[in-house]
Amino acid sequence: MKTQIKITLLALACATLSACSDDNNTTPPAASEPDPAPQNSVYSITVTNLTPAQPMSPVAVLMREQPVWHIGQPASEALATLAEGGDNSQLIADETVTVSTSAPMPLPPGDAQTLQIMVEAGDERPLSVVTMLVNTNDGFSGFTGLALDDMAVGDTVVRRTRAYDAGTEDNTEAAGTIPGPADNGEGVSEGRETLDAVTLHQGVVSQDDGLSLSVLRNEHRFDNPVLLISVTKVE
Amino acid sequence: MKVSLIAGSVTLMCSAALPTFAATLDISIQNLTRGIAFTPLYIAAHNDDVALFSTGQPASAELQMMAEGGDIAALQTSGDAAGADSIANPADGLLMPAASTSAMLETTDGNNYLSVVAMMLPTNDGFIGLNSWKIPTEPGTYTININAYDAGTEANDEVRGSGEPGEPGEPGMPVPPPLEELVGTNGTGVAATITNPNVHIHLGNLGDDDIAGGTSDVQNTVSRWLNPVARVTVTVTQ
Repeated sequence: MKTQIKITLLALACATLSACSDDNNTTPPAASEPDPAPQNSVYSITVTNLTPAQPMSPVAVLMREQPVWHIGQPASEALATLAEGGDNSQLIADETVTVSTSAPMPLPPGDAQTLQIMVEAGDERPLSVVTMLVNTNDGFSGFTGLALDDMAVGDTVVRRTRAYDAGTEDNTEAAGTIPGPADNGEGVSEGRETLDAVTLHQGVVSQDDGLSLSVLRNEHRFDNPVLLISVTKVE
Repeated sequence: MKVSLIAGSVTLMCSAALPTFAATLDISIQNLTRGIAFTPLYIAAHNDDVALFSTGQPASAELQMMAEGGDIAALQTSGDAAGADSIANPADGLLMPAASTSAMLETTDGNNYLSVVAMMLPTNDGFIGLNSWKIPTEPGTYTININAYDAGTEANDEVRGSGEPGEPGEPGMPVPPPLEELVGTNGTGVAATITNPNVHIHLGNLGDDDIAGGTSDVQNTVSRWLNPVARVTVTVTQ
């Protein structure tokens, strides 16, 4: 697997990929026939932020065999880093990731962004899309482990995703603990919660709804679903 | 009831090869919340004449006992009387936040609907509810996310009760020992009246940030929730 070529691309750069070869291929090509040019599959992923006032950290789109999280299990360090600070670089750099891309900027409330990934046809792995709700302590959303095997060109799969709690930082909503614009506080913090497990998020409370030390206001509250994600196989 | 039992035995006589069990279900239930525990679960496969609850209708006395006090004995008694196949308390006590439990259930012919209920703590009369889910005939694994309901039988005062399974109609939230530190004290009460006496989607806990006072004994950063609150995964084999 290590020799597998990692492709991180927006659609604009797709034209240069035809030279990719598979170094693992030990079967010699038939002498009389040239290697067929690899067919590429291109997936377009559009993410819409459905919340009133929760910007999303740069959206990570990646393929890998294993899910990025399991409800009821501890978050990986890479997921904790994303969920507490919005930094998806560790998640994307993981050696199990075969294809990935990241949005170049956060996704504001009400906005949508489209990302594209390209993979050699047949080399698809389950798709994950992950982002942080940045005006929370450790809230994130997205989906993980979406199988793409049955998609034909032109097909679209739509997911409405819920907010999850990474279980790695208490939901104090206190000044200095929230990286988003509501606080501009610290991102990643030391340690884990007593319940060190990914669960669904209970929502933020906010100062207006009875948490006196919260830096969040009523508009930062949210309900499920928080994202609308559509995946289209375009090639 | 009598009619369906007779019909069942006629079918058996006519076709000796008919299996006794319609399906084998491997059922897993996960608590998706961070700060809500589930009291003992009642899982039942039943026919389409039975419903453990109906939204927009008053709760039965049996459902009320479950939703206010976590007591599923009466639900099980009436389920047994109606010919349901059931499992009681697979988690052997509370199903804590993020935890899962599982059980096998063999269904008899005609019991083609699956229901799951358990009280949510800390609440006054909140419960998780899967209501008459049609069991697929196609073998496979199915996932159902389920929501939080309010039985409509007790005002949501969010104040600590006696600690014993509550008598129906008695105010206050039961607080069994494992939840002692989760629930505060001295709350003066959030709601004093029932606004909707029928089973409905729960509005969620309000809570407050004063564990030794305030209006609520629920901690607002811990024991609120957003739906869904539980995930039921059913693997159907024949």
